[in-house]
Amino acid sequence: MTDMPDTTTTGNPSHDAPGDVVDDAAGYYREGDPIADTKSPDDQPVERRWSERKFSARMANPAKRRTLSVIVVGTGLAGASAAATLGEAGYQVKTFCYQDSPRRAHSIAAQGGINAAKNYKGDGDSVYRLFYDTVKGGDYRSRESNSYRLAEVSVNIIDQAVAQGVPFAREYGGLLDNRSFGGVQVSRTFYARGQTGQQLLIGAYQALERQVAAGTVETFTRHEMLELVVVDDGSGPRTRGIITRDLVTGAIDTHIADAVVLATGGYGNVYYLSTNAMGSNVTASWRAHRKGAFFGNPCYTQIHPTCIPVSGTHQSKLTLMSESLRNDGRIWVPKDPADVTRDPRDIAEEDRDYYLERIYPSFGNLVPRDIASRQAKNMCDEGRGVGPEVEGVRRGVYLDFADAIARLGRPAIEAKYGNLFDMYTRITAEDPYQTPMRVYPAIHYTMGGLWVDYDLQSNLPGLFVAGEANFSDQGANRLGASALMQGLADGYFVLPNTIRDYLADGPFDTVPDDHPAVVEARASVQERIDHFLTVNGTRSVDSYHRELGNIMWEYCGMERSAEGLRKAIDLIRSLRDDFWRNVKVLGDSESLNQSLEKAGRVADFFELGELMCIDALHRRESCGGHFRAESQTEDGEALRHDDTFAFVSAWEFGGESGARELGTPVLHKEDLVYTAIEMKQRSYK
Amino acid sequence: MTLTLKIWRQADAAAEGRLHTYQLDEVSPDMSFLEMLDVLNEQLNAAGEEPVAFDSDCREGICGMCSLMINGEAHGPEVTTTCQLHMRSFADGDTITIEPWRAAPFPVLKDLVVDRSAFDRIIQSGGYISVNTGAAPDAHAIPVPKQNADRAFDMATCIGCGACVAACPNGSASLFVGAKVTHLGELPQGQAERDHRVVNMVAQHDHEGFGGCTNIGECAAACPKEIPLDVISQLNRDLRAAMRHGH
Ligand SMILES: Cc1cc2nc3c(=O)[nH]c(=O)nc-3n(C[C@H](O)[C@H](O)[C@H](O)COP(=O)(O)OP(=O)(O)OC[C@H]3O[C@@H](n4cnc5c(N)ncnc54)[C@H](O)[C@@H]3O)c2cc1C
Ligand code: SF4
Ligand code: FES
Repeated sequence: MTDMPDTTTTGNPSHDAPGDVVDDAAGYYREGDPIADTKSPDDQPVERRWSERKFSARMANPAKRRTLSVIVVGTGLAGASAAATLGEAGYQVKTFCYQDSPRRAHSIAAQGGINAAKNYKGDGDSVYRLFYDTVKGGDYRSRESNSYRLAEVSVNIIDQAVAQGVPFAREYGGLLDNRSFGGVQVSRTFYARGQTGQQLLIGAYQALERQVAAGTVETFTRHEMLELVVVDDGSGPRTRGIITRDLVTGAIDTHIADAVVLATGGYGNVYYLSTNAMGSNVTASWRAHRKGAFFGNPCYTQIHPTCIPVSGTHQSKLTLMSESLRNDGRIWVPKDPADVTRDPRDIAEEDRDYYLERIYPSFGNLVPRDIASRQAKNMCDEGRGVGPEVEGVRRGVYLDFADAIARLGRPAIEAKYGNLFDMYTRITAEDPYQTPMRVYPAIHYTMGGLWVDYDLQSNLPGLFVAGEANFSDQGANRLGASALMQGLADGYFVLPNTIRDYLADGPFDTVPDDHPAVVEARASVQERIDHFLTVNGTRSVDSYHRELGNIMWEYCGMERSAEGLRKAIDLIRSLRDDFWRNVKVLGDSESLNQSLEKAGRVADFFELGELMCIDALHRRESCGGHFRAESQTEDGEALRHDDTFAFVSAWEFGGESGARELGTPVLHKEDLVYTAIEMKQRSYK
Repeated sequence: MTLTLKIWRQADAAAEGRLHTYQLDEVSPDMSFLEMLDVLNEQLNAAGEEPVAFDSDCREGICGMCSLMINGEAHGPEVTTTCQLHMRSFADGDTITIEPWRAAPFPVLKDLVVDRSAFDRIIQSGGYISVNTGAAPDAHAIPVPKQNADRAFDMATCIGCGACVAACPNGSASLFVGAKVTHLGELPQGQAERDHRVVNMVAQHDHEGFGGCTNIGECAAACPKEIPLDVISQLNRDLRAAMRHGH
């Protein structure tokens, strides 16, 4: 939904002069040296850069490849596709996932579709247009070279998936069908009913299992990465392996390789409730961050406006309802807070506030995700939210199909949205054909992630990051159907071509078990486990996670302010302190222990949450999914400050002092330069 | 709602297991079945008893991670996954028995968690189309009739949960294997390896210790994705054809 018909105006309508911008985060961070991507051949025009880099990246011959090893953590679209492709090329690959099968990675849950600039509809789509939409959708905060390459390789993804047997929707003529997704002007979204992620992941999973049979890939399921091994024998740091815990036996193992790829997904679960899977976590990325990998733009998170609202304090996750529903549904709340508990069907037309249609007459219910979300929150904060009261607030707005059913007839609505309506009924026991749906925004995707260069390599040599776990291609917001595209672009086409340049210097020396870097990493894993099992406190891990999530949602969610963020940082720090002293984890470390697994993940979410707030505090502008109350136009719309904030914030871990106190993080800025596109301010009025 | 829960507890693969009885009050009908177990686990943790181990991840009915025999039925009384089952399907005062999948090739790891890695090995034996990255022709090079594409899709919706095996008195995984063989066999891309695929997948299925199919149909009745029984006829037809072709 981030992309809409072109209504942008050039230039900033109003902004502080550069010198005027207040450093809200002063005292919370230090500024370090700027950072730059050195791998993209920026002297070339944008459309030549990828070919150029593929050519300049060094190669190893097939015999040598057999001696080179790569660890891939994560088997979602990014990890499974990378591992399969590297296996096909002849490298020795090991994959890891925490689920019991690689096929269960959270990519499986994606519904809507995958973009590709195939122009099969002949409606004027092109690589440049997809690139343009991506950069604009990302509110001019993505790296130009990466976004262009993403659009460029998108076409190969569809070919690959079809060849693997992915059953995309087809027309009667036997050719592939496309739909327009999220308000874009062209039909470039390929889909497999409402299960596109599942079908693409099964394709990648099968390619992966084929390599297992071929002997090039070894899979470790129910294994969680808990540390990164970085070795420095005088010639600078090199990432050489990981420490894992076998979630069934509790065994702590060291895995050494010539390079490590993290494809471990997003960190939306820092909010506790999100559309992510229960086990989605930041641990792999965070452990790498603590070992020196920079974290890019942690405050860029995407909120999806139409999820099924929370029904009670027992709620464990949120379910997304496809945003295609907004094409026909009308969003409203009662005008009078006294009406919020009335049967919506009894509320007269004139007593309803169709607030999106009122505030944004030209876009109405189809405003972008962030605007729709923020307005829903505003309505509920005003006391006009509907549905059950949870912790004192009703968080829900109506999404009403009565007009659409009257206009098009029930069969037409059934044909379009039947499966979504059924899912809604199953979860809420309400019938959306009879009574309006209730929806509320939820955290859905994280654009931030580990900083990588054009090669997808982090600042730590030998550590590569792919898929949602990296920060690079989407900017401050993401177009619908572009995350699947990025995961598979990274895994099938980008990473296998760039990692070879790094591996050309390998194989590297063996790293013995008694190497100080290994000993230290294992000791740190063991120390945390021992700590959790011996604190013997009074509160469960989940109760801490829920409280952290509430803080993040309240102060670092849809709208952020300096005051709120500072308060959040204080709250997180004291809750985190309590967590370490008072958490209660039963059981032992030698067997399957789900509370222990969660404790480690929540510990890392605490640290990430603090950094997200610092990053949000520092970025005193509104861009993409990041809305700062202090940076809005007179009529309440997001206001970017290109003169001060056109950079990526790459954060370096500030170290840890005794008693688990975190040091001050260091900010490295990467300037964003656009050569093929002009920066514009968006407007949806 | 107030419930009596009889839950299978087993310390690890080697240990003996048995049913433990728990009382749970204040269950809301809007909770999912797994949220009900979350509440139980919070209660157990507070009381100093180790929480019940059970698998789940997406909680949206798509990843196939959740399982559970609920009152003897795989995924419980509705045609859906355990994570999408809600407590409104039960009544106040009910006694609910919760056990792991029962099948020799799915050994119990702890409490309600089983090892389903046999399914991955069946896919390894042939559940794919061999095409290296970068070697694919343009996606429009081969049109696929819509009805074949749709049938392939329907069979590809299998989530690999294992309910079919748990429901089958013979512990057969024929529905799972049949779904994959039919998915790939419906497509032109899948033809080259069709014979190999079915022969190898069935051999691996048998090797893992899954039982033979005697057409009872419990599998399809339990399948949360409504994979139809006729994929097993397709499986048998493909197997006979492969034999005829000399495999
Ligand atoms: C409900 C929903 C709907 C969506 N719909 C769409 C859509 O229609 N179109 C679209 O383009 N995008 C969509 N998205 C976004 C998209 O699905 C994801 O961004 C994308 O699939 C992420 O893929 P990935 O490979 O990066 O990570 P994931 O698929 O999340 O995989 C992460 C992997 O890492 C492993 N892992 C994580 N931590 C560890 C650890 N510490 N140790 C070992 N292994 C670990 C996991 O086991 C898993 O294998 C949707 C997302 C959600 C939540
Ligand atoms: S066939 Fe059905 S029951 Fe069997 S694994 Fe697939 S989805 Fe589960
Ligand atoms: S938890 Fe994913 S299908 Fe039930």
